[in-house]
Order: sequence, then C-alpha cells, then structure tokens
Amino acid sequence: MNVNVGMDKQRCAEIFARVRRAAQASDVEVTVQGGRSSLTRFANNAITQNVSEEGCEVSVRVQLGGRTARATTNRLDEDSLRRVVGQAEELARVQEEEPGLLPMLTSKEQGSAAELDRYCDETAAMGAGERGDQVAAMVGIAERSGLNSAGTYASEESFEALFNSHGVERWYRQTVAEASITMQAVDSSGWQKQNYTSAKRLDARKLAEIAAEKALRSASPVELAPGRYTVILEPSAVVDLIGFLAADFSGLALLEQRSCLNGRMGTKLFGENVSIVDEVSHVEQTGAAFDGEGVGRQGLTLVENGIVRDVAMSRGTAARIRKSELAEKLANAHATGHGFSLPNEGGETATNIVFKVSDGEAKTVEEMIASTERGLLVTRLWYIREVDAYEKMLTGMTRDGTFLVEDGRVGSGIRNFRFNQSVIEMLRNVLDIGEPVRACGEEAFDMIAPAMRVEGFQFTEVTRF
Amino acid sequence: MKPIADWALGMAVARGASHAEARIVLDRGRSLGTRNGRVSVASDVESLGIGVRVLADGGWGFAATQELSRAGAEDCAALAVEIAKASAKVQRVPVRLVAEPAAVADWSSPCEIDPFGVSMEDCFELLRKIDATLSAVDGVTLAETNMTFRRYEQWFFSTDGADIHQTRTTTGAGFAAHAFEGDSIQTRSYPNSFGGQYQNKGYELVEELHLLENAERVAKECVALLKAPQCPEGRRDVVLDSSQLGLQIHESIGHPIELDRVLGYEANFAGTSFLTLDKLHTLRYGSDLVNVVADATPAHGPGLGTFAYDDEGVAAQCVPIITKGMFEGYLSSRDTAAMIGRGRSGGHMRAEGWARVPIVRMSNISILPGEKPLSFDELIGSTDDGIYMETNRSWSIDDKRFNFQFGCEAAWEIKGGKLGQMLRNPSYSGITTEFWNSMDAICDRRYWTLWGTPNCGKGQPEQGMGTGHGASPARFRQVKVGGAYGS
Repeated sequence: MNVNVGMDKQRCAEIFARVRRAAQASDVEVTVQGGRSSLTRFANNAITQNVSEEGCEVSVRVQLGGRTARATTNRLDEDSLRRVVGQAEELARVQEEEPGLLPMLTSKEQGSAAELDRYCDETAAMGAGERGDQVAAMVGIAERSGLNSAGTYASEESFEALFNSHGVERWYRQTVAEASITMQAVDSSGWQKQNYTSAKRLDARKLAEIAAEKALRSASPVELAPGRYTVILEPSAVVDLIGFLAADFSGLALLEQRSCLNGRMGTKLFGENVSIVDEVSHVEQTGAAFDGEGVGRQGLTLVENGIVRDVAMSRGTAARIRKSELAEKLANAHATGHGFSLPNEGGETATNIVFKVSDGEAKTVEEMIASTERGLLVTRLWYIREVDAYEKMLTGMTRDGTFLVEDGRVGSGIRNFRFNQSVIEMLRNVLDIGEPVRACGEEAFDMIAPAMRVEGFQFTEVTRF
Repeated sequence: MKPIADWALGMAVARGASHAEARIVLDRGRSLGTRNGRVSVASDVESLGIGVRVLADGGWGFAATQELSRAGAEDCAALAVEIAKASAKVQRVPVRLVAEPAAVADWSSPCEIDPFGVSMEDCFELLRKIDATLSAVDGVTLAETNMTFRRYEQWFFSTDGADIHQTRTTTGAGFAAHAFEGDSIQTRSYPNSFGGQYQNKGYELVEELHLLENAERVAKECVALLKAPQCPEGRRDVVLDSSQLGLQIHESIGHPIELDRVLGYEANFAGTSFLTLDKLHTLRYGSDLVNVVADATPAHGPGLGTFAYDDEGVAAQCVPIITKGMFEGYLSSRDTAAMIGRGRSGGHMRAEGWARVPIVRMSNISILPGEKPLSFDELIGSTDDGIYMETNRSWSIDDKRFNFQFGCEAAWEIKGGKLGQMLRNPSYSGITTEFWNSMDAICDRRYWTLWGTPNCGKGQPEQGMGTGHGASPARFRQVKVGGAYGS
C-alpha cells in the first residue's frame, strides 16, 4: 500500500513537472512531503494502541507579481493536481499587490545546503514485531521492579523535496526511532525519552531502567514550601524551557516588536557561560538543511557568552530589515535559511539549537549534585506556557522524578511544584552547565542541550502529588 | 466510498480480525489572514484517505493510507491485522467492546452560508478593514486577523454493519491587537484569543461576531493595558467572562473526566486523572450551582463537539458529568465502558483525520447556565470587592489535573458592585475541586455562549481536536490571584 515506495528526488521532480504543466502562473513552487510513521503505545504494562500511517502531500505556491498563495493536496492524480494549482492561482489573484514580496528564489541565490545523511535502512524497515519486542523489554523491567509502565516505541521515515520554476531543487530524507517511558509506583513516577536517526543507538532498556530508578527513589514524596531554590535541570527540562525562546530569535518578531529581544540585540542579556548556536549540520541534529523557500540553512550564533548576536531571517524579513530602523542594529541582514513556507504568519524561527560549552567547563550532573548544599533535581517540566512575552516568564509543573538535594546528595522525592520563572532571568543565574547532548522534551523540538544548575529558580505553588 | 471500505473490511476479516472499522475522510480547509496590513495566510488544503482499525487476537491494530485503490485498501487492512496480532503479544486482558446498534445514517451540521462559496475578495476586504482599524489606534504595534473554514466529510463502516456518513462545516474568525512599550507586550483579542471563535456553522458565524464593530474598542483596550496597574496578589472574589470559563472547564473538567486517562492510557503523555473510579458519585466536584454535561447532540448547539455519531459508530448522547456539584460521569468509549462494567459507551471516541486512530475526546463540555435570572450587571452589582477577568492569555495544569494557573488578557477591579480601573497581567490559580466549590453565582441563559477550542492536543502520536464549551459568566469566592507575578 506504500504510496511512498521508491519516492526519491526524481519522482518528486516528476510531480513538480506535472504541476508546472497545469499552471497558468509562470512562478510556481512545489513542496512534496511524506513518509511513513508507526508507533506502539502501552499502558498498564500492556500494548493499548498500535498504529501505522503513510502519506504524501503536494503543496503548490504560485506567485503573480506581488501576490502569492498556496494550496495543498494529498491526491496525486492529474485532476487533483490541476485543481490544486487552480486553487492556489485563484487565491493569489484575489489579493492586493504587496510591494515587499520578493521575486521567487532562483538557483543562483539559493545558497548551499549541507549534504546530510540521516537515513537508516534498518530503522525504516522496523515492523510491529520489532517495536513490540522493544515494548516487551521495557514492560519486563517494569514488572521486575514492581512498577506500572506506560510509553511508546516509534519508528518513522520521512522525505521532503522543494522545486521551483527558477531552478531551485532540494531533497532530504531521514529516519527516526524514539522511545518514551513513564514508570509509576503508588505515589511516585519516573520518566525518560530519547530518539535518534538510527534505532541501533536507541537503548530502550536503559531508558526503562533509569525511569524505574527514579520512580522507586521518589516514593513517599515529602512536601516542601514554595520559594526560590537552586535547581539541577536535566537536559529534557532545559529543552522544554529554551524552546519558548526559539521564535523570539526571529527578524520578523523584532520588526513586529513582539520579541523578548526588542531593544536587547547586542546586549549581554544572559550569563557569560551561556552560548547557543543554530547548527543544522551538527552530527546529533535532525531536519532538512533548507528552508520553506529553498534557501540553504546557515549556522547562526544566537548567543555568545551571554550576548545576543544573530537572529534567523527569511529572505523577505531580511529585505524589510535592511530598509527599517533596525538596519543599523542588525547590520548585514541577509537570508539565513530559516524561513517558513510562504505565505506565513511567523516569518522564521531558530530550528537547530545547540548549546556550546567551553573546554573544561562542563560539569556532570553528579558534580552539580555534589556541589549543591540545598536544592532540587528536576527530571522534566510539564504544561509550560508563556505568562509574560517580554520578560519571557513561563509557568509549568515539575513531573515524573523531582528530588530534594541536600549536602551534595540526592534525597527523597518531593511533591511536584508549579514554577513561574523568567527564562531570561534563569539564563543569568546559571551556576554550572553540563556537556550538551541530544535531548528530547514534550513541549519543544529536540535540541543539543545540557543539564544546568541554576540558582533562584522560582516555585510558587505545590500540588497534591 | 462503500466499495473501498468493503475491500478493507473484507481483507481484515480474511486475515483474522474479529472486528474491523474503516473510516474514510475528505478534509478540506481554507485559511486567510493579515498581519500589519500584509497577507499572512492564504492557503487551501485538502486531504483524502482511509484509516482501518481492527481487533485481532484481542489486541488493537490501526493502519492508514491515502492509497484508495483496491490494492491500497487491502494492504492497509492487512497491515492493521498484522499490527493487532503483534499487540496481542504484550497483553494482559483481551480487548472487549460493549454492544452498540449498527447505525445507517446521513447527517450534516447546519450551514446557512457555505463559507467556501463566499468570495475570497469579500473575506480579505473584511480582514483588511479590521486590520486597518486596529493599526489606526496609536500605540498598536501589531495587528493580526484570521478566518478559517473547514469541511470535514467522513464515511464510517464496520463489520457490525454500520454505514454512517457525516459532514461538518466549521467556521472560525477573530483578531488581535498587540502593543509594545518599555518592558511590556500587551495583547487584546476578539472574540476570543488564539484565533477567535469557532463553531460548526457556515459563514453566518462571521456575520454574527460583529468583528469590525469591535475592532477599535479592543485595540484601545490593548494600548490602555500598557499603562494599567498590575493585578494585585492575594485572595479575591473573581468573576470570569464566559470565554475564560470555557477554557477553565476544558482543562479542569473536560480532561480529567476522559476515562482513558483515568484508566492510565495517557500516563506517558497528557497524564492521568485525580478522578479515580471510587470518586464516581461520591466526589463533591463543585458547589450546588455547578451542573456540567458532555453533550454531543445537535440540540446542544453548533459546537465543535457536536456530531450525530462518534468515530466508532456510537450515537451522540448527552452525558451528565456534574449534577448539583456531584461527580456523575466520564467520557467513555466501547472498550473503556466495558472496562468499568458499563453497558453502553457514552459516545466519545473521536479521531482527527483519516490517519489517526480514534481515542476518547471531549465533545461539548458545558456548564449549564443559572436557572434563576441573573444578568451580568447584576452579577457585578452583587460583588463588593473583586476582580473581573476576560479572555485567556496563558493556561497550565498539572498532569493529574489538580493545580492550575490561568492568565488573562485584561481585568477590571470590582468595587462596591461597579467595574473600576483596568488591571494588567491578571492571573489566578488554585486546586480544581476547591475552585469549583467556590462558585456562588452564574449568569442565566441570556449570557451563555458555546465557545470553540479548535486544537485540543492529546494522544501519541499527537492529534488535535475541536471541542465545544458552553458557559455563562460566573463568580468564584476568595480565589488566589496574581501569583504568576508574585514574589
């Protein structure tokens, strides 16, 4: 049934050719995306849901002078492709001309895109039996530990191609295998999650063992009073907080004055030990090396020793910035290859976040614990939402393994806290940073993020478990 | 579509399925929007495919494809059975389904004006006018508008003999103004935040919302927030507008009553629930004024949770959830109902699109309006010292649904029964059952609105879903406020 069997750059190019033949517009851009993803879900130590889906969609953008619009379909027959092109053209025709809309990207302008090999045949070929075996292994650890488990084991292959009538051609594919597990005891829990492009690197058993240990060690949680604590945030917790900053590193967000970096570009906003780049070609990253128009994705220095340096820019945003009040502040504004597909609301965003740590500076979590007189060890954070857009105040809960640390040792589990914490303030108060690793959360995209020891992290309320 | 389904169901049975369902969906959408006078969104999207869910050897399997040839449908069904048999290898108790009569039906949601038939020039003209009105207010730094239309057509067939065709037309529209000055970014939205109001209706919803007429007022409120004093911290009597109360219901009632959460199925992602089975009929969830239903029937209104049959063929019902404050019911499916010894599913299995498996979801989870006449002015008039909060800005709750915190866009002091000065950055927090037990007044039906939340996220793989929440403005005594910005 696999509509994606044999899908490669050539077949995508053929789809583009068919769309182009059906178009009246001379400026046409086509994105072909698809793949197959499968997931085995379990709870109460049994498989509760087991799914597999496959799909392929064609998204057509036309440009008529200063007007552009998009139409998308997953129906690949001639009539449907003709219809989708017609829809895009009709939507474009009814708009007013936008003087700032740039001509479509040409092959000369597209820039280079890193050649990234992130496809693993074995991961793509994983079937329900193999995923079930992984689940059985995780459940086995739960049962031996006297715990209840819930989680997932997933495998997917995906592709993305972009062509336009000015010679731009892009192609990318990848695979991902992912495991996530929650271990539950009577009054405590533990959690772990990880993914890689190759299933061979994914050690689901180890994740289960760590989650089990957290659940067992945090049993009979004590209640602490809300307040400001020194916290050791594991990488997953850091990912889910930092994710809320990504869209602020956007040129359009600065132009629209909705970024927390308004008036702060070039300033030392964070601590000197905080350096963050955007680097799609990092060996542990995933995702394509070109943006929604086909511009090759460049590396960015977002934060250097606490100073806010670069922001992501689409072609259109860069052109607007060069003519705006921000031109001097953001000298050399240019397309960085982070733009969303046109037309869009957000402009662009940082996409491949990598923390940088100076040689010799990284501390292990154990070292952070050892140097904490009184604080908390946080496995993950949950239901994080933005409370204040300019101070980047976030609220959320701790979850699945939160511990008191006293005199350099991990002690009892504690009842979960609600936090209200400015991420800007947090990044000024980083005492120690760990070695950045590929980390997954639930509220943000995957990053190469470290554990962090932070002082003065604000918890405002405690819940009942 | 029946031949396609017959191929799939036939193959599923041939390969050993004891039960099989085929759900074919044609999903069409249009999104339009502006931002500071420019077009930000102009797109059409359509998707057609089939999802096949089967039981084999007591385990579930699901596969989905857009390939609707005979070979495609049969391969999809065969894969679903293969997956189900793999599920059965890590199983404790075979899946059991409660009975449901197999329905043959054809239903469409009400639609007076086909939104796809309204000229796009007219749509953009309205959006541009709203955009321009917002931007004309001095101090507004970002204006954004949006309109969304959707037609969701589904064919459901099962080996029980169900043959159900349903079509839902959805319209959504709204706008927001943002203002930045100093160290503050403020936002005001209308008629609701995060995209506006959504209902299963045609374009007549846009006309009913009076968007342009409210644009200048909303933009001025946004700018005024920059100079408004900060919401104080402490305990206050709080009056919530109906849109904020709708979200409060969604988070602190709608999710914890999902029976699959209660039974642990969502533990790895969205969490579990404090509403353990022993609490059914014993827990005082709220005050005597709190009456909540889960009502999917068309009689409840054109909510995003209105349908004729759920996505496993169970007829829409009105399920009492809280009656005079007592906890009465869960949202259930054919398998979860069986697990707690119920004879029938409550009809709350829903899936987003053809590629996702149905899971327990909300329909319209609504608080019934006050039975006694009470206007909004009377509600404020009977509040001596409090805060009135309007329109959600942030929302967060723990993974058992106890501790919550909400932030709103704007608030006003209530002093001596009158609305006073505006307050910025209002927030309130609490524990779910304590909060609902503090409700001591709710406006009557004249002030009841059926709000739409278009994108509730749940499940693994995650799927979105539209849910409806009807509410009237209501008062809650001595609620903790201002904690988000507290020291």
